[in-house]
Amino acid sequence: MFAYAPAPESRGHVDIAPSYGLFIDGEFTDAADGRVFKTVSPATEEVLSEVAQAGAADVERAVRAARAAFPGWSGLPGAERAKYLFRIARIIQERARELAVLETLDNGKPIRETRDADLPLVAAHFFYYAGWADKLPHAGFGQNPRPLGVAGQVIPWNFPLLMLAWKIAPALATGNTVVLKPAETTPLSALFFAGVCRQAGLPKGVVNILPGYGDAGAALVAHPDVNKVAFTGSTAVGKEIARTVAGTGKKLTLELGGKGANIVFDDAPVDQAVEGIVGGIFFNQGQVCCAGSRLLVQESIADELLDSLKRRLATLRLGDPLDKNTDIGAINSAEQLARITRLAETGEAEGAERWTAPCELPSSGYWFAPTLFTNVSQAHTVARDEIFGPVLSVLTFRTPDEAVAKANNSQYGLSAGIWTEKGSRILAVANKLRAGVVWSNTFNKFDPTSPFGGYKESGFGREGGRHGLEAYLDV
Amino acid sequence: MSEPSATPTTPETPATPAAPAASAGARLGVLKTYKLYVGGKFPRSESGRVYEVTDSRGGWLANAPRASRKDARDAVVAARKAFGGWSGATAYNRGQILYRVAEMLEGRREQFVREVADAEGLPGAEAAAQVDAAIDRWVWYAGWTDKIAQVVGGGNPVAGPYFNLSTPEPTGVVAVLAPQRSALLGLVSVLAPVIATGNTAVLVASEHAPLPALSLAEVLATSDLPGGVVNVLSGRTAEIAAPLAAHQDVNAIDLTGADAGLAKELETAAADNLKRVLRPQPVDGPDGHGWTADPGTGRLTAFLETKTVWHPTGALGVSGSSY
Repeated sequence: MFAYAPAPESRGHVDIAPSYGLFIDGEFTDAADGRVFKTVSPATEEVLSEVAQAGAADVERAVRAARAAFPGWSGLPGAERAKYLFRIARIIQERARELAVLETLDNGKPIRETRDADLPLVAAHFFYYAGWADKLPHAGFGQNPRPLGVAGQVIPWNFPLLMLAWKIAPALATGNTVVLKPAETTPLSALFFAGVCRQAGLPKGVVNILPGYGDAGAALVAHPDVNKVAFTGSTAVGKEIARTVAGTGKKLTLELGGKGANIVFDDAPVDQAVEGIVGGIFFNQGQVCCAGSRLLVQESIADELLDSLKRRLATLRLGDPLDKNTDIGAINSAEQLARITRLAETGEAEGAERWTAPCELPSSGYWFAPTLFTNVSQAHTVARDEIFGPVLSVLTFRTPDEAVAKANNSQYGLSAGIWTEKGSRILAVANKLRAGVVWSNTFNKFDPTSPFGGYKESGFGREGGRHGLEAYLDV
Repeated sequence: MSEPSATPTTPETPATPAAPAASAGARLGVLKTYKLYVGGKFPRSESGRVYEVTDSRGGWLANAPRASRKDARDAVVAARKAFGGWSGATAYNRGQILYRVAEMLEGRREQFVREVADAEGLPGAEAAAQVDAAIDRWVWYAGWTDKIAQVVGGGNPVAGPYFNLSTPEPTGVVAVLAPQRSALLGLVSVLAPVIATGNTAVLVASEHAPLPALSLAEVLATSDLPGGVVNVLSGRTAEIAAPLAAHQDVNAIDLTGADAGLAKELETAAADNLKRVLRPQPVDGPDGHGWTADPGTGRLTAFLETKTVWHPTGALGVSGSSY
């Protein structure tokens, strides 16, 4: 058996300062109350930097800066706004390696993913929405669609820079100004993005970045001078935000949790399906809202498929996220690891059968080996609750109707997958699934031209494509 | 149990053509018992309650059913049951049925002119204009059923060997609080777009002027609209709306008929299962008669999801294909 030699990416591509401030009105600044917090590398628990922690007073300052910048920014000709966004897109491409290494250090995800998925998509989103800035009258929302004003945006830690791009690119293209709060475990790439904005010469106050905890996010969402709220994160917090904005007239979009069903029919190409299942649930350590965390496999091929799947999982390489050969990186935080561990234990306690890929876990950092549960019923916690980790629940079905019924038996409705060689079955099943994104014979594909968002308790509104503009326009 | 009427009926002032004055030799008119419309049937409220509906001068018109929390829940069950069939019907078929509603309404035009005149205190010509506009609105939405997907859906040019299509789909069961003032045109303007796109509806009629809504239910029942697609409740808006906003099997709520205080309360309740919320729009303000304006597509898209389906396009081999 051959072994892989280590192939580490150099940390030298990025200089992380010992401390960072908030980014308000074009300047880095300390928090009003002087609070700071540390951000660590989840793979090593090493402290990467100390970051100013935004509080309510900082939210006030940032919203005021964004409000002051709004008339100028929204008053620019679309073609000028477009050029700023194109500049940002280009600078991101130029600095892609630096940002990929930074993101891997701060988030724990493999460099292979930040390099090949996150950063190209981040740049692509800015390019895509840059082109809309001077074409808004053609977007189908009337001849003179107007921006909303100040957008308050709260993003999660699983794709820190990509979620920033999803939020900021359409907001700026449509003429809004932005106050964005990155997650407390992954503030660094957003702060580097502030540097990108400076290099692009973006007017002061158009983008403001407030690293901080939930209290800062809550203050931002509740701020009376915020006109639009965009949130990606858990369903529980999403509901709280929906309550907060009730009666205020603020426009709201929510991208929340999921429990995606990945449905494999007996005529599916098994090897391709296995790759799709692996990508569906183990990409980004399963910390993906649209992860295919429920495998629904037709009973007649369940044994064969599971054997192949386990064989494949045994070849996944878990370890140093900066190693270019690494498939599975670190879990983002101790807290998230504890949550995954607890839910997996619940699965065992409820009688599901646990299988874990044979791999050695590093001695420091937060790690969870790829795991799957069989003998899972629809009532099991591991089939119902979002785990947000590398844990796959396997259920079986006999008929397409049963597959659809089981797939739709969820409070969530974000994503689903269908694996079959039969085209008419793809279309029939895709029609019946209550999910915002359906991948047929593929999984976890993203593109800035394609609307993304959920049904049911996975939230409302769409990001990406022409649809993504609507969230930031008064229509 | 009926609520005491704010303005007691005076038998000396005959109010409406529905209740002509009794005089020697004249025929006594047949009054109608207005009922709810749930699951394609016309039940009384399970609560047994009614409330007095009066015209604009306070004359008694009818005892309308005062729907209860249980009626609201029954209506949701009926709407959910009807959703699969209605959302699965072809857009062409839905358009045919909406147009059929216009036909049926046209046939009962005089009745509705009378009811709207009573409900809104309008002179006959103005009431007729409202009814005509309501009929035309059904025709407008009948024509939208098979076009909305082309206007708001489409293919996305992704950068990779895939194609994907975004298509609009109905969100499910929609609770609709009809505007309080425009008893027929406003009602049709909020109801038709909801069902045109394949949703099913639980409609709460104007609290003070519910009769056009309850009569519209009779039109819907004779228009090939499957039972349960539209369910009509009358009564106290706040009382009926509260369980609908909190209902876990309602997917969306249109707050048009709620005042600001109630709208906030209902929007807060709607957050519990992340219902799609359409907030009250300016048209529903004090004059409430902006309903004749071009409705646009906003009310169609408010209750649509977007589904994006991806598929690999495959590769034709390393050398590609050339012609």
